[in-house]
Amino acid sequence: MQLQIDQEKRERTIRTLVVTPITLIIMISGFLLLRDIQMSQILTTLFAIVWGTVSVLALFYSMNLIVQLFPLKKYNKIIPFVFVGPAILIMGWYLLIPTVRSVYLSFMNRNSTGFVGLENYHYIFTDATMRTAFGNTVLWLLFGTAFAVLFGLMTALLAERSSIEKLGKTLVFLPMAISMVGAGVIWKFMYAYKPLGANQTGLLNALVVTFGSNPKNWLGSAPLNNFFLILIFVWLQSGFSLVVLSAALKGVPDEIKEAARIDGAGEFTILARIILPSIYGSIVTVSTTIMLAALKSFDIVYSMTNGLYGTEVLASQQYKQMFKFLDYGRGSAIAVVILLAVSPVIYYNLKEFNKREVF
Amino acid sequence: MKATSKMKDSHILITLLLVLFCLIWTIPTAGILITSFRDRDATATTGWWTAFSSPKDFTLENYDEVLGGQRYTVGTAGGGTAARRGASMGSAFLSSVTVTLPSVIIPIFIAAAAAYAFAWMSFPGRKILFAMVIALLVVPLQISLIPILRDYQKIGLNGTYLGIWLAHAGFGLPLATYILFNYIATIPRSILESAFIDGANHFMVFSRLIIPLSVPALASFAIFQFIWVWNDLLVALVFLSGGGQMMEVVTVRLMNMAGTRGSDWHLLTAGAFVSMILPLIVFLSLQKYFVKGLLAGSVKG
Repeated sequence: MQLQIDQEKRERTIRTLVVTPITLIIMISGFLLLRDIQMSQILTTLFAIVWGTVSVLALFYSMNLIVQLFPLKKYNKIIPFVFVGPAILIMGWYLLIPTVRSVYLSFMNRNSTGFVGLENYHYIFTDATMRTAFGNTVLWLLFGTAFAVLFGLMTALLAERSSIEKLGKTLVFLPMAISMVGAGVIWKFMYAYKPLGANQTGLLNALVVTFGSNPKNWLGSAPLNNFFLILIFVWLQSGFSLVVLSAALKGVPDEIKEAARIDGAGEFTILARIILPSIYGSIVTVSTTIMLAALKSFDIVYSMTNGLYGTEVLASQQYKQMFKFLDYGRGSAIAVVILLAVSPVIYYNLKEFNKREVF
Repeated sequence: MKATSKMKDSHILITLLLVLFCLIWTIPTAGILITSFRDRDATATTGWWTAFSSPKDFTLENYDEVLGGQRYTVGTAGGGTAARRGASMGSAFLSSVTVTLPSVIIPIFIAAAAAYAFAWMSFPGRKILFAMVIALLVVPLQISLIPILRDYQKIGLNGTYLGIWLAHAGFGLPLATYILFNYIATIPRSILESAFIDGANHFMVFSRLIIPLSVPALASFAIFQFIWVWNDLLVALVFLSGGGQMMEVVTVRLMNMAGTRGSDWHLLTAGAFVSMILPLIVFLSLQKYFVKGLLAGSVKG
């Protein structure tokens, strides 16, 4: 008996001594190869998929082997850290530590060589362009969120009562698969403008001309152009609101609605008194999610107007400060402001998490 | 009797209203799809809604030009001219595939392992570490760009595919861990317990039980991450710009096209469609999983 256990132990040790170095070699050589060698794109993709999968699984396998060399009691103590370790380290490197570093950089000058105190924050709260950016971001948050949620709710209510529920939902949901840049091109074409007299190729101006008005340069003048940009965002995000709220509507019990109907309540009373209160939680979740998206959306403004004609928002200014003006101090300060704006959501999520019983 | 016919009327009215909404929502996309098949002159002078009155203007040339690159001639050393083709949507498409697939696959197992530990093991710091995952779920990735770019410049990852895969993996990990945790925590305890009684260790349980049982959740995350990475502009602009034109992904190429060829609508629309086709196919064929991923918590930085 003892002999058998010893034998097993020896085998395990040998396996560990063989597997661990191989894992390390696979991980490191794959990393260096992918970093330094130029291959065709297809080959690179295939190699990366195989390397990524194999090295992650081999890493867990060999770490498990190493920890198994310890007695069972120790094994059970160490093994959780083996499993959460890689994820925690990567999240730490890519998200947690950068947050601290960005806060630090926001107090430094443009190339981070000297301490400037609150100067960057002073700039972003007083500069004229920045003030436009703040104002527009508020417009995006208010109108982008409100319209997307309302339209999603409306279509969800209609779809539930119509005979083309599935098709209708898919069509409104479809833009979710389209990039903001792609949506930008789609709508730039809708907004296309030609002077009066020329044949309009943009649908919106064609309609305007048909009804006897002058064609308009929709994206040319503030503040109205912001709403035409926000419309693109609404077009993209309504599908999200539709899908989540539609799932929530399915959860409202039919019996309650039926009972109210028998009591003589009209459809609008039922909507206001029964349906809306019972999906209130989902409406809050959807609004928060869309608000976060609006706060960070940079692609639409960057690809449509590049922030010209008074359309700048916080996220596009942040990108410009960092990568066009190479001012890392101001760029970081704007990023910190965006982070502060989402911090209530972080706080709320953590509070909800604390209530969960699993933990 | 009267009541039912009234209900029927409102039912038809509701369906009609929904049809109207769907039309408004679909027309913009239909417009660029039709335009992408019309020739240059027709596109520049008439609206796309008139396309079907002159069917001879339809062409595939836009796609040829967009996929293969703009044709132009250059002078050669010998004094003659040679035909060349410029940067194309075709190579950007390949580049996007190269960026997207590993960015989807690398984080999956890392997140699944962490989710397994959070769901089924007890260890000191478990609650705090999971609280960190929850908090990072909504941290805007803008906050990471400058610090990570600096690290990349130091270790030579700037402008490499490896760099952008790791970045997307890092930014996607909180959501992946969260979605997978919610799923793995619902696996019945008895299944795992019987495996441990049979002498399985944690790695065996993870690879032979947890992974196969979590396939629906893995698929949800994979599709969500696929569409997210494919459509991303910011991360690609920041981390791949050092890599030159051959590495440009479809969103970056499309944006550059809109900047330099802003009025060549016949090309721009074809380019936009090339950039959209793959996520649209994925979306339409796997919509069920995508919706599940969305419902599971789509708050992503």
